[in-house]
Amino acid sequence: MARPIVPVPDPVSQPFWDACNEGKLIVQYCSICDRRQYPPEATCRDCGFDFHLSWQETSGRAKIVGYSITYDSRLVQWHPLQPFLNVIVALEEDPVINFHTNLIDDFGTNLTEEPDIPIGATCEVQFVEAAPGRMIPEWKIVK
Amino acid sequence: MAREVNWERNHDPVGIWNGRGKAVLIGRGHSPTDRRWDGETLEKSLGAYMMIAVQNALDDVGIGLDDVDGIIGSAGGQGNGAPLSDVWGPRPYFDAPYDSEDGLTHVTGQWLRQQMGFKNLRYINNHGDPVWNLIGQAAQAIADGRAETVVVTYPNGNLPGRYHQDPSNEARGPAVWPNTWGWGLSGQGFTFNQYCQKYGTNHDRMAPFVVQERKNGLLWEHSYYAQHEPGEFTEEDYLNGRMIARDLSIFDCDRPVLAAAAYVMTTAAKAQDMKQKPVYILDHTESQFTPRSLVQTIDDTEEWTDIQAQRSYNGSGLKPEDIDVFAPYDGFAVFTQYYIEAFGWRGVKRGEAHDFYAGDISLKGPNPLNSGGGNMGTGRMRTVFITDPLEQLQGRAGDRQITTKAEVAVTHGVLPITAGTVVMSTSPD
Repeated sequence: MARPIVPVPDPVSQPFWDACNEGKLIVQYCSICDRRQYPPEATCRDCGFDFHLSWQETSGRAKIVGYSITYDSRLVQWHPLQPFLNVIVALEEDPVINFHTNLIDDFGTNLTEEPDIPIGATCEVQFVEAAPGRMIPEWKIVK
Repeated sequence: MAREVNWERNHDPVGIWNGRGKAVLIGRGHSPTDRRWDGETLEKSLGAYMMIAVQNALDDVGIGLDDVDGIIGSAGGQGNGAPLSDVWGPRPYFDAPYDSEDGLTHVTGQWLRQQMGFKNLRYINNHGDPVWNLIGQAAQAIADGRAETVVVTYPNGNLPGRYHQDPSNEARGPAVWPNTWGWGLSGQGFTFNQYCQKYGTNHDRMAPFVVQERKNGLLWEHSYYAQHEPGEFTEEDYLNGRMIARDLSIFDCDRPVLAAAAYVMTTAAKAQDMKQKPVYILDHTESQFTPRSLVQTIDDTEEWTDIQAQRSYNGSGLKPEDIDVFAPYDGFAVFTQYYIEAFGWRGVKRGEAHDFYAGDISLKGPNPLNSGGGNMGTGRMRTVFITDPLEQLQGRAGDRQITTKAEVAVTHGVLPITAGTVVMSTSPD
């Protein structure tokens, strides 16, 4: 299903999106600070330099840490899907790193009642097509 | 007149401020408060309203244009000159001097100088910030001798149509990360959801706080609600508010309005010749953070607000029990609990704010929280967070005057991620 808003890569984020197209979830890693970084930036947020930044593949496994449901978005393209689910998941191997997801099973369903979102549930990344040639990460609860 | 940067007190340990008691906040002026500007009526533009507010502030303390040597403002209400509201243009403008947004949906100090005829300005800074930071910057400029009498300007606009709507079907730059997944006000809803999980509370327990703020705001003559919707707002109204992003309802979101306010700040010596009682700035501190990852979590929020509260206490030398008037920001109502708990006002600890709301937070009670009504009680002006503490300490808050001691005030805003705190007192010591 096409997504309401399609991300346009820039030079900093291009490797992330290229990896998504290959079915991999990667994040930046600063070897001198020993920390992962997402979303990608030109420099490390801690040391402020790019010398030690590289890309690191993740497990793609994450846990749900919280959620919201959007009833009235300022993003016009999302209006037809309201109310829709916004979930935050934290990377299993590094819970500091968090991602947005709409949870695949609930995306685009126009929620008719509030879902019972299991905080702490494990999810796995899957990649969905936002537009032709543009895959984005989404998450699915591991049953 | 150079654009000044790095004036903030934002690196620990800040220590007691060396300008303590040297700068004074003394006067305030407001424009009328409307819901929107129609884009046509020039006498109701933000520029026109800003001039009204400046003149009212000067009149409030009995000085003239020639007595002012500094203007510090936020052309549009946000940092780096960005508008708090949407902008009217670009489109064909009116006849001169309206050849840009300046004077319409932005108002720079230079535009005010031209329009109002300030002759003795030696310090203008429009780089913009939320109003707490502007007060801090003006206090610093006065304490450092860059200016003696400063007008702080804070215009906030609102135009016809829905607020900040984004019709794009593509996301670029930083907008990629939230917009691709439809993330917007859900950010505030998420953090509040985490707060509720962590402390076993819920959205409905916000009701006493928001209702009390509306009551307080109805007693402030510049409040949008006092001027345009003076009816009672009940807990039932609050609980029936439609959800914007769970757990954030329409009544947790401040209502965009069109209004301007101005403040006169000066030296302790010059204040003696002005019409109002001086309120001394004891300290200003600021902070700027970044989330650990993509989304601001409750852990981020509590860490940042703890740092800023401690920084403010270290800068002023005060303790929580020294704060008589406390004005923590509420642009989203769910912010306020983070600030009360961080500052520990009235002994409130983490997770206890909703219990505190359930007690007596009325104006005439022992814990008069946000006695001006905050944004929830006045509209999205933010300026009640300066005007009300000033008036409380000057003893001219009228029906809003609290009955507990009003000698030391702390006002704090804007966001957990970027904050400014101003400490003021009836005494310079």
